[in-house]
Amino acid sequence: MPENIPLKEIDVTEKPESPGSSASLSRRKLLEFSAKVSTVSLLGAATLLSGCDDSSAQVSWAENFQKAYRLMSADEVAAAIKRLEARYSEHFSKAVSVDSSKAEPGVLFGAALNLQKCIGCRRCVKACTLENNQSRTEGEETEWIRVLKMEQEPTQQEDAEHYYQSESVPQQNAHYMPISCMQCENPPCVKVCPVQATYREDDGIVVVDYNWCIGCRMCIQACPYWARRFNWREPGLSSEQLNPNTHYLGNRPRMKGVVEKCTFCIQRVRKGRNPACVEACPVGARKFGNLLDENSEIRKVLASKRVFRLKEELNTEPKFFYFAD
Amino acid sequence: MSTQARPTQLRFTHPAFLTAFFRYAFRGSKQYYLWLGFLVSFIPPLLWGAHRQFTLGMAVTGLSDQVSWGIYIANFVFLVGVAAAAVTIIFPAYVYQHKALKKVAVLGEILAITAVCMCILFILFHMGRPDRLWHMLPALGVFNFPSAMLTWDTLVLIIYFLLNLCAAYYYLYTKYRGGELNKRFYLPLVFVSIFWAITIHTVTAFLLNTLPARPMWHHSIMPIRFIATAFVAGPALMIIVFLVIRNKTRLWIENDAIDLLSTIVVACLGLSLFLMLSEIVTELYHATEHSEGLRYLMFGHQGFNELVPWFWFSLLAMLVGWFALMFPRIRKNYSVLPVICLAVFMAIWIEKGLGLIIPASIPSPIGEYSHYSPSLVEVVNCLGSWALGIFMLTILTKGATGVITGAVQWENSVPKGEHSHA
Repeated sequence: MPENIPLKEIDVTEKPESPGSSASLSRRKLLEFSAKVSTVSLLGAATLLSGCDDSSAQVSWAENFQKAYRLMSADEVAAAIKRLEARYSEHFSKAVSVDSSKAEPGVLFGAALNLQKCIGCRRCVKACTLENNQSRTEGEETEWIRVLKMEQEPTQQEDAEHYYQSESVPQQNAHYMPISCMQCENPPCVKVCPVQATYREDDGIVVVDYNWCIGCRMCIQACPYWARRFNWREPGLSSEQLNPNTHYLGNRPRMKGVVEKCTFCIQRVRKGRNPACVEACPVGARKFGNLLDENSEIRKVLASKRVFRLKEELNTEPKFFYFAD
Repeated sequence: MSTQARPTQLRFTHPAFLTAFFRYAFRGSKQYYLWLGFLVSFIPPLLWGAHRQFTLGMAVTGLSDQVSWGIYIANFVFLVGVAAAAVTIIFPAYVYQHKALKKVAVLGEILAITAVCMCILFILFHMGRPDRLWHMLPALGVFNFPSAMLTWDTLVLIIYFLLNLCAAYYYLYTKYRGGELNKRFYLPLVFVSIFWAITIHTVTAFLLNTLPARPMWHHSIMPIRFIATAFVAGPALMIIVFLVIRNKTRLWIENDAIDLLSTIVVACLGLSLFLMLSEIVTELYHATEHSEGLRYLMFGHQGFNELVPWFWFSLLAMLVGWFALMFPRIRKNYSVLPVICLAVFMAIWIEKGLGLIIPASIPSPIGEYSHYSPSLVEVVNCLGSWALGIFMLTILTKGATGVITGAVQWENSVPKGEHSHA
């Protein structure tokens, strides 16, 4: 039974100035009041901790008290984006943009991968990391895609090689299986998140609100595809490594103590481009598109190829399809 | 409460009670101070560990993307069980009117309060962003209720904490004032908390076993197994506490109370072993892919075998403890009993702690085997949290013995004639 868990409080159409119902108004007043109280009471601590002349510290202090992204009004989103752009640009000494474009109606993203074509070169892994600003801390590089190498003879998943090193690919008698977020329609990670910091967007992408995540890692336990990664320390990302074209729910630089994952390159696909992994694949094994568009390439794959989804039996309804010619 | 409106009755004596309670709790022999000092000596390492973890991030732990839940959650799960096990004292005391246990039932409530506090401490260490805990607060944050099991767990634990806090405080305060308990207030509190104890451990089991992504956990047997093992570890700990109280304080705890608890331990230990056997047979008979975690725990896998000795030690301790405790002569030998209780307590800590949490992540959901062992920071944080918890248990228990024996009483601190009883 696929279910979307709606946030009770969102009303995106409501303008901040518009006189809402008395209930929502008093709620807002309460929120404002409590925000003020906490701000005032913590101001002293803030000053002590950050040193009041440090602008970026003040910016990140304001970030600490922002709402969940989905609850923000348009003005609050704009303010949050402005804060982030200022902080990132200062920290990385180059202009960084943070996009907040929303899901478009009539769009449901899906991806497919041709197992017969995949040669296990891991170019998708590399391209993903470059695009999505994952941590490059040496020895702890974060990768959202894991490629398994399996022998051609019948094997169990536990016999797959996770860290294969080959002179060249593809190796004879081997086949390769890249695994990343399946962008489930019925995502177990979303269901278990205690604060709704991870959720499904209307175009089917499962995202993380990095500023709202409390780092309990319940979602990591719930994910059957091991698609989620945690920032065990402050991510290591240099100015040269940073991709400055970011999305709030996608590849913007993360902070320590929060979870991250593949977003189908939300910053690209919402602008009509393909995800980085699809673009990077040298053999065209990866396909991507709008599942609701009958003429899309992905629909043609679904219609004409032998398709399966990983661990379908867990009622996750993945939107990532494996296929063979 | 009495409706009499005598002015002396209405006097606000809570500060006096708390002062007297803690003054008594912190007074003791040289040996007592040595014990407290020993516990406090774990605090500086805890502060060091906490500082490192909160500044550098969780990279200072042994955790990884593969094994992202470790010893903190293991302790949390175990301690929820200890908290729930307070009913092994409260249930016989109030349902079967067990005299010896009824006299000290408040100690069970104190155990529950302490264990929940320790749970919260371990959760704070487990979280990547403890500074964002307010995101879960109603009104300020977003509470994913009823969808997320974690929100259920938070609710039931907090309510359980409050129930026991109210019951224990009310009981001790009334005793201190020399008044009668208002049964219409107190008994419902006690009975709800008995029911609630079962819910906290059930929900904690649901937290884990509702995840099909982790076949090691995905069993309907987990909640009952949790309760069975909790009713071993909790009473085992309380037996040790009772024996210490008997030997070191003026409060005499009857043999009857200790014997009932050791009977509960042996019965629930048998049940736990049976449930464990059921799971092992079910999993290993055909040894499907879903049993990989259990096989890793029991036998290791190609050099990944950190947990193997722990598992077998735990099983051996449980078996030996169970066998030994079946003999009344051993059960009633109070110099052997605490040793067995300690061994069994540790065995359950392994079984329901590391032995349950880690194999769910090894292998990972996509079949990767990896290593996990707690780092120094994790170890000092865990030891420190345990020391803090035992410190709290010691202080509260000591104070409570003062109230129960009558050493801490309002009359003793107020000149005669200034107040009267209800």
